[in-house]
Amino acid sequence: MSELDLKRAWSTSEALRLLRDEQRTPVAGATDVYVAANFGTLTQRRFVDIWGLDELRDISLRIDALVIGALATYADVIRSPEVAIRLPMLIDAARLVGGPQIQNRGTIGGNIANASPAGDTLPVFAAVDAVVVLRSVDGQRRVPFTSFYTGYRATVMKPDELIVAVEVPRVDGRQWFRKVGTRAAQAISKIVVAGVRGAKPRIAYGSVAPTVVRAREVERVLAERRDIDAAAAALEREISPIDDLRSTEAYRRRVSVNLLRRFWSETAGA
Amino acid sequence: MPAVGSNVARKDGIGKATGRALYADDLTFPGMLHGRTVRSTIPCGRVRDIKLEFDQAGFTIADHRDIPGRNVVALIEDDQPLLVEREVRHAAEPILLLAHENAEVLRAARVEITYDEQEPLFDPELSTGLLKQIAIDKGDVDAALSGADLVVEGTYRTGHQEHVYIETNGVIAVPESGGIVVYGSLQCPFYALKALKGMLGPNVSVRVVQTETGGGFGGKEEYPSMIAGHAALLALKSGRPVKIIYDRVEDMVATTKRHPSIVRHRTGVARDGKLVAMDIDVLLDGGAYVTLSPVVLSRGCIHAAGPYRCENTRIHGRAVLTNTPPNGAFRGFGAPQTEFAAEVHMDRIAEALGMDPVELRAINALAPGDTTATGQRLREDASARLVLDEAVRRTDFRHKREAYRGTNKGIGLSLFYHGAGFTGSGEQHLRPRARLDLTPTGVRIAVGSTEIGQGTRTMHAQIVADALCIPYESVEVAPPDTSVVADSGPTVASRTCMVVGKILEECAHEMRARLAGSTPAAHYAEHGPFSVERGYEPPDWIQWDDATYRGDAYATFAWGCDVAELELDPDTYEVRPIKLTAVQEFGRPIHPALALGQIEGGTAQGLGYALLERVVMKNGAMANAQLTNYVIPTTLDTPEMDVVMVENRYAGGPFGAKGLGELPMDGPGPAVANALRHLGLDVREIPATPELLAECASR
Amino acid sequence: MRFTLNGHVEEVDAPPAARLLDVLRVNCGLTGTKEGCGEGECGACTVLLDGAPVCSCLVPASQAEDAAVVTIEGLGDEHPLQHLFMNEVGAQCGICTPGMIMAALALGPNPTLDDVKTALAGNLCRCTGYGAIYRAVLKWKAGDMSPPSAASV
Repeated sequence: MSELDLKRAWSTSEALRLLRDEQRTPVAGATDVYVAANFGTLTQRRFVDIWGLDELRDISLRIDALVIGALATYADVIRSPEVAIRLPMLIDAARLVGGPQIQNRGTIGGNIANASPAGDTLPVFAAVDAVVVLRSVDGQRRVPFTSFYTGYRATVMKPDELIVAVEVPRVDGRQWFRKVGTRAAQAISKIVVAGVRGAKPRIAYGSVAPTVVRAREVERVLAERRDIDAAAAALEREISPIDDLRSTEAYRRRVSVNLLRRFWSETAGA
Repeated sequence: MPAVGSNVARKDGIGKATGRALYADDLTFPGMLHGRTVRSTIPCGRVRDIKLEFDQAGFTIADHRDIPGRNVVALIEDDQPLLVEREVRHAAEPILLLAHENAEVLRAARVEITYDEQEPLFDPELSTGLLKQIAIDKGDVDAALSGADLVVEGTYRTGHQEHVYIETNGVIAVPESGGIVVYGSLQCPFYALKALKGMLGPNVSVRVVQTETGGGFGGKEEYPSMIAGHAALLALKSGRPVKIIYDRVEDMVATTKRHPSIVRHRTGVARDGKLVAMDIDVLLDGGAYVTLSPVVLSRGCIHAAGPYRCENTRIHGRAVLTNTPPNGAFRGFGAPQTEFAAEVHMDRIAEALGMDPVELRAINALAPGDTTATGQRLREDASARLVLDEAVRRTDFRHKREAYRGTNKGIGLSLFYHGAGFTGSGEQHLRPRARLDLTPTGVRIAVGSTEIGQGTRTMHAQIVADALCIPYESVEVAPPDTSVVADSGPTVASRTCMVVGKILEECAHEMRARLAGSTPAAHYAEHGPFSVERGYEPPDWIQWDDATYRGDAYATFAWGCDVAELELDPDTYEVRPIKLTAVQEFGRPIHPALALGQIEGGTAQGLGYALLERVVMKNGAMANAQLTNYVIPTTLDTPEMDVVMVENRYAGGPFGAKGLGELPMDGPGPAVANALRHLGLDVREIPATPELLAECASR
Repeated sequence: MRFTLNGHVEEVDAPPAARLLDVLRVNCGLTGTKEGCGEGECGACTVLLDGAPVCSCLVPASQAEDAAVVTIEGLGDEHPLQHLFMNEVGAQCGICTPGMIMAALALGPNPTLDDVKTALAGNLCRCTGYGAIYRAVLKWKAGDMSPPSAASV
């Protein structure tokens, strides 16, 4: 562990310079990086420590968007009145990540950048059409969340880019979130679902494909025909769960469909 | 004021809560090296070649040729080597040992081992390698079966369970003049001593000292002999102290687990619910070496018929060899496996007869005067009906069975028992001893029993204080150092109170007679020190035949009835345990709060066994060997528990106490499965994961 | 690196990526904080970092720079919660106890049982089944130092 080359950045611009000039990987709360290092699966060796960059920690409301700084921790999210107003299902997700110790250290930016198919906040951001704000020495760009992932643990991020914030537009409709973990707390998700029951229903799934999935066909069927059985059939075609150490393909398929039905019935009348 | 029966201040002091208590990894010695075990990466085959691809400066390297004595980790048989010579029988088998001053340099050292692989065997049902076989026969089962009104059959399975003591295995071997002292996290210092003597030979003197131990549950009964041998070998070769602490992955992959089981029942019943014949087949997966499989099988078979009366009972059991890391002691020791099967089968019999599951049990429950499967006639301290009736009353069981119909809630119960002490003639073969030393201020207890969280120090001191009629505060407890204390036998088998505590009680009575009215301090001042050492005197009525497996298997049994109430999520098949009621009878509670801790803790561990804890084996090794993937209950997974301690004292135990440590483990598995059955799910194996329940639901 | 440890300033020579757990146990010689898993699952390594419970096995030493770290040793030997843990048998083998106590310190006043369970959801105990831990913590919050009552018979 201590052979890892870790250099602290004292400002965001310094961090960006280090990313470009020294090909370092950002580390914030280290709740993923250090687990991988301990287990021997860490491939990177050179890191830039961005934990101290308080300017990336803010959560604020702008007229059109909720802006969550990349270094906001799950605990920050849970305590945030702004998130409670605009994106309460993110608080539901944050409460179910790990336990208090992990919630005090894990960051929203880290969850997004880690790009795990099981990331608990990812379906939330996908379902609300969030926007990821990336910055590099050369400037800033915005990437729609639903275009952010390109494959298993792969993103559109360039090596010298840093996630600085996530912007969440106003959410129309009732928010719904469900995580199925291996136990009641401190659990990696086996299936995770976030949905919005608005004029055009939106629903996203995690842990059932190499990346988070917006179930577009399901959404179309629900918006056009409001036929939950047809939507359930469509869902089967949009997810590709697997057997792994925690669960099975058969279980994930079955429960994904059950949760779609539950989302639809619980948000009816919204 | 008597100490026994009250919640006296614990002899551990406050060190566990201040960080001052010293566990193995908290100790350092001058010149200490770190040790590492290089293990096989294949489950079966032979080592062809070992290449050391690192700069060996500063390293101590040891293999089987460095073992001065015998390359055997002594236990029941002499089949398990300390280090592989050529033959590999399981993945993670230890081959080579390395030591270095710098833990990171040690970890980075690359060792390349090539093998000639052989076809491994993983399926116990296909194994022809018999580790042990047991037959218990009573009456005429075949005749009774053919005459029965109804025959109910079933096959039940349980998987591996990993102990997950929060402190992993760890030892430090330190050279001292003429020999080695091993400090370590362990339950049985004298087991380790015996094994070390065999491995290090007659020219190396050995002593073993237990450090504060962060949980055992059986996982530190026999395994520490292996890690102690490794550290001692490196210490001998280097001449320096060597510390080996397993990280969590290594501990979970390489060390012992609970034996998986397949238990088949064929039961003949009369229409009125009376059990007329029981034909039971027990199969345990022992892993690659014998270790403790014969004794696990023994206890499992003796308990396999459940706490029920049946004139015709046949229990045949086998423990077989597979190419997996050897399985070993784990709280319950065979009984959780076989009592799971027996109790789920009882609910299926009740279903088949259209009978109330409580009524079926009430009719057949063992009572004083009845004989068990081994022909043991139970005495007044048999409490099956006592615990059953109390549990049913307290939980309003019958009413809830009706009220929950058609809801997402289920309620189920299990009736179980657990023999205390070593089976049959085991205590005689052990010849356990205990010693009391007079000190200037009182007395000192010198036993080999270890404190591993269950309260040994405190409980023994309470017994001695009251038997000697001296203040509890004037009793001290010697740390378990094999050169100081008596060999009281291992801290296992729910014997530490009932057996060792009894010897201490007798020692105290003898000492009291010798003190002849003086206080210890006064006697010491006048006459100096003296000690009383005694062995265990089993009750004179115990008769056991090892050859036929007939007679009094245990001096007494503890009894329990658990009721599990749970809620099933119809979308995800997740089980939320709502409440667990545990009615347990174990004689006189010496320290009620410590006893409560055993029941609550053992019950939580049993709930994990029932619902959450699944070892995934891939190519003969645990694939989910991280706490993130092998999940034990957190606070949010553990329901409200209602514990009722009922007393039915055992005259042969100290102050009427029986053994308690393992009993709580036997109940939750079947209680949960029976609650799921109440919900309409035909569960015959645990852990009853949501994936399994989803499958049950679709059948 | 320089940080405040249990109220006094500490200077330690450790690589920036060393685990805070190892800095505490090895460099500072404070072995009260325990390693149970190295993956942030068991909570035995819990310390307070600027007042918040964290798993020290997952904190790079450089992130403790100029921060305030409190370990079990920082409570001394007479904290009421320590006594309650022993008397109520919230500690059996004791290995999870330092981490459990540190996590409990983050509780606000008058917590409900659910608050306590949630605050301790990141701390695994294998011995107690948690009941006695709740009793110890709730008595502490209530200022109740009375001895444990025996379980019902």
